[in-house]
Amino acid sequence: MTTTDAIMTDANDGAKAEPKPQPGIRLTDAQLRARRARSIAIALALGVLAVLFYIVTLVKGPGVLVRPL
Amino acid sequence: MSVTHARAEPSIAGVGDYLELMKPRVMSLVVFTALVGLLIAPGHVHPVIGATALLCIAVGAGAAGALNMWYDADIDARMGRTAARPIPAGRLAPGEALAFGLTLAVGSVVVLGLLVNVVAAALLAGTIAFYVVVYTMWLKRLTPQNIVIGGAAGALPPAIGWAAATGSLAFEPVILFLIIFFWTPPHFWALSLFRCADYARAGIPMLPVVAGERETRRQILLYALILAPLGAAPWLLGYAGARYGVVALVAGAAMIAFALRLRAEAPDATANKHAASKRLFGFSILYLFLLFAMLLVDHTAAVLAGHLA
Repeated sequence: MTTTDAIMTDANDGAKAEPKPQPGIRLTDAQLRARRARSIAIALALGVLAVLFYIVTLVKGPGVLVRPL
Repeated sequence: MSVTHARAEPSIAGVGDYLELMKPRVMSLVVFTALVGLLIAPGHVHPVIGATALLCIAVGAGAAGALNMWYDADIDARMGRTAARPIPAGRLAPGEALAFGLTLAVGSVVVLGLLVNVVAAALLAGTIAFYVVVYTMWLKRLTPQNIVIGGAAGALPPAIGWAAATGSLAFEPVILFLIIFFWTPPHFWALSLFRCADYARAGIPMLPVVAGERETRRQILLYALILAPLGAAPWLLGYAGARYGVVALVAGAAMIAFALRLRAEAPDATANKHAASKRLFGFSILYLFLLFAMLLVDHTAAVLAGHLA
């Protein structure tokens, strides 16, 4: 088989073959659901933390930075 | 030398698995005793600051629980009571539990220090470190005195609550600490009597495994005899009123009665062998709840009476 034949054969195979899967981890549906639930929980926790700091700042007023031992 | 890099599987851990890592039932007792310490402390604490302190104490307790489950996953897998926990059940990787526990531990201490006060934060940090390092990593697998000494970690939350309210410590929270400290051995040894085979299989040197049931029952009675007057100490020392004193004395007498019945129960092989230890275990939870609830009731009544006067 000549080099040109080989190139033609590869080109024909490429036209027929399915697209190759990308390398890496493919998550199952269960893993995707679990990850989404964890992400939402982390977002909520961070939101609560931000609100907590905001409210405590309002409650303590200028004294918010005063933390005597 | 060849090194194999195992690629971690994507996690299937749900939010519920992480919550389970935080030992919610233990956390509820911690929060309740801390709440009592916070409310009976002198002075006024703003509700937002009080709630923040309780949230941090709850999260800190959860962090200690998560780190405990991370370290003890091997023995949890060998015990029926703990085999279904997230790590031994394979729902959560040990590394995830470690990262979760460390994040919560650092976060709870830092937030408590920033938003409440440094004394409470230092006590919380010490409590988490004591539970994880001294109890879980060191004593639990080493000595039958594991839960006696390790019980100090579980006894500190009222002191943390007190410190959150006042920024300092006093003798009264020390009494509360001592009550929980001396309550812990009879509570856990009663549990270990009816879970003895589990602990033996896991290789944990609980008292019934190492010294036998008879010695365990004797020591439970000794601790109950110390606990009963100690439970009444807040009333005897004038920190609580007669209402609390009556409940503490009656509950203490009941605790001794349960311990005596356990001591008298023959360690035979009947089907109902562990009835007395199960009764004592159940009552011990009620005992601690009663004492701390009465402290709260007594304190609230005194404050209301003061306002009315």
